[in-house]
Amino acid sequence: MIDILISAVSLGILWAIMAIGVFLTFRILDIADLSCEGVFPLGAAVAAKMISQNGDPFTACLAAIGAGVLAGLVTGILHTKLKIPILLSGILSMTALYSINLRIMGKANISLLRMETVYSKIGNLFHLSDKASTIFVGLIFAIAVIILLWWFLNTELGYSVRATGNNVYMIRAMGVDTDKMFMIGLIIGNAMIGLAGALIAQNQSYADIGMGTGTIVIGLASVIIGEVLFGKRNVFQHMVSILLGSIAYRIIISLVLEIDFKIKIAGLIIPISVEPTDLKLFTSVIVAFALSLPVIKQLSAGKKASKTAKS
Amino acid sequence: MLKVEKITKIFEPGTVSEKVALNQVDLVMNEGDFVTVIGGNGAGKSSLLNAIAGRFEVTSGSIFIDGTDLTRQPEYKRAQWIGRVFQDPMMGTAANMTIEENLSIALRRGKIRTLNWGIGKGEKEVYINHLAQLDLGLETRIKTKVGLLSGGQRQALTLLMATIKKPKLLLLDEHTAALDPSTGRKVLSLTDKLVKENRLTTLMVTHNMKDAIQYGNRIIMMDEGRIIADIPLEKKKNIQVEDLISLFEKTSRSGIANDRLLLA
Ligand SMILES: Nc1ncnc2c1ncn2[C@@H]1O[C@H](COP(=O)(O)OP(=O)(O)OP(=O)(O)O)[C@@H](O)[C@H]1O
Ligand SMILES: [Mg+2]
Repeated sequence: MIDILISAVSLGILWAIMAIGVFLTFRILDIADLSCEGVFPLGAAVAAKMISQNGDPFTACLAAIGAGVLAGLVTGILHTKLKIPILLSGILSMTALYSINLRIMGKANISLLRMETVYSKIGNLFHLSDKASTIFVGLIFAIAVIILLWWFLNTELGYSVRATGNNVYMIRAMGVDTDKMFMIGLIIGNAMIGLAGALIAQNQSYADIGMGTGTIVIGLASVIIGEVLFGKRNVFQHMVSILLGSIAYRIIISLVLEIDFKIKIAGLIIPISVEPTDLKLFTSVIVAFALSLPVIKQLSAGKKASKTAKS
Repeated sequence: MLKVEKITKIFEPGTVSEKVALNQVDLVMNEGDFVTVIGGNGAGKSSLLNAIAGRFEVTSGSIFIDGTDLTRQPEYKRAQWIGRVFQDPMMGTAANMTIEENLSIALRRGKIRTLNWGIGKGEKEVYINHLAQLDLGLETRIKTKVGLLSGGQRQALTLLMATIKKPKLLLLDEHTAALDPSTGRKVLSLTDKLVKENRLTTLMVTHNMKDAIQYGNRIIMMDEGRIIADIPLEKKKNIQVEDLISLFEKTSRSGIANDRLLLA
């Protein structure tokens, strides 16, 4: 059980970097950028390709970030310059990336078993066990990302990006080119998602063409769980909440996977268990529920109000 | 200061819903002019302000501020000369950002944004001083998110944001219409105070003829995309609401029945 929790925490930390990238587009820019489904495996593919050819794992991470920057730039141009709605821009990028990722890898997956990764390098340097070094490296990257982003979002430029997601009319009237701000936000968000892909490929020792499926929903789940459980008073605290939310999400998932019991109805024995393949359904339900909370609250408030009015 | 030359704006040209919102409008404003704009629904008042601010490109004609041709400049570039307050109190501020963050953005209107801290050294004191002059107690709440403020507070803040970096031209489009009457009056007298103190060149749309008479030094009346009357200070001094109505009846083509102009 402790083992399960530890691996849930380390996965949560690594995936938090992806979730914070989603936070940047979904919460700061207020747009849903689906291209992360292609950018996440893009980062993984670039890093895996380089590492499998005995490249330096840190350089591989930088390359994954660069690939994310390019992908964000393309989605940004589709959306702002070519005026394609953001949902469609994201889908176009994501679809195109499927082919590109296959080109990069040359096949559907690349194994990194026994290759030098950021975890093995830092683990050797500080004499850490595998598990400890995963958590250590994950925390370093996650904290660096949060601090850098916190700094950026509190600069003049960062204020303009935030205001663009809030109210384009206001920020244009204040002399800011909102197209550029969308572009900057998409670039930074996707850079982080590319990095997360690289880190997770190294953690699981392989990159796979299908590993991006569901990333947006996992990212949203982490953002929302973090917000509900830990709040969002300011940008810094908001990002820490997402880090914790991502960990909480992994813990919830691993607990759900433990469900395995039988119920008896009218003499029939029905086994209830959750398979890993059920998780995408489960996550979607969580996100759908969380996103509909405002409506649910309104409905129940309305019912209460009509009840008190009747009585 | 401002020179608008024969601007025409046609929405959806060549379709059945073609609409001439501005029809060969000429307007010259001098430094320090405070012009009020009146006219019925759909007269083209908002379109005139939007054309000047660059919300859309005009179909023909030109717009100059201090000799600079703005006609083909995008909205965000024109912001270095123009401060604006919209009718909707939600439109002028970023709701998820704090009062001080909003003011920081406003203080940098029209400047290139850098990677320096959003709020520089000593800036907070500037904000607090300005906020104190609004007399709404906002100076003690600079870390409050703007979304938590009332409509009137937000509109007063927007007004401060439009003027904290002195604009060459201030555009106000019925900026008190969405507020309750007493808040509206407060924001209006605050407007007058800021305009006078900073000697701002101002173009203010209003549906209230009394306000149009009480404030500013000149009134223009619009109808069907044209300016149909231009009343200078000497005539404006003794004018009454009734005079404006009869002037409107004489000159307008659309007639005055059912018009919001009457509700003033
Ligand atoms: N974006 C647009 N697309 C099509 N038609 C428009 C658009 N904006 C304004 N119009 C039309 O242009 C005309 C002038 O509108 P405008 O908003 O300037 O009037 P207004 O004088 O501000 O009226 P109000 O007092 O109702 O605010 C109206 O007939 C309006 O329907
Ligand atoms: Mg209008």
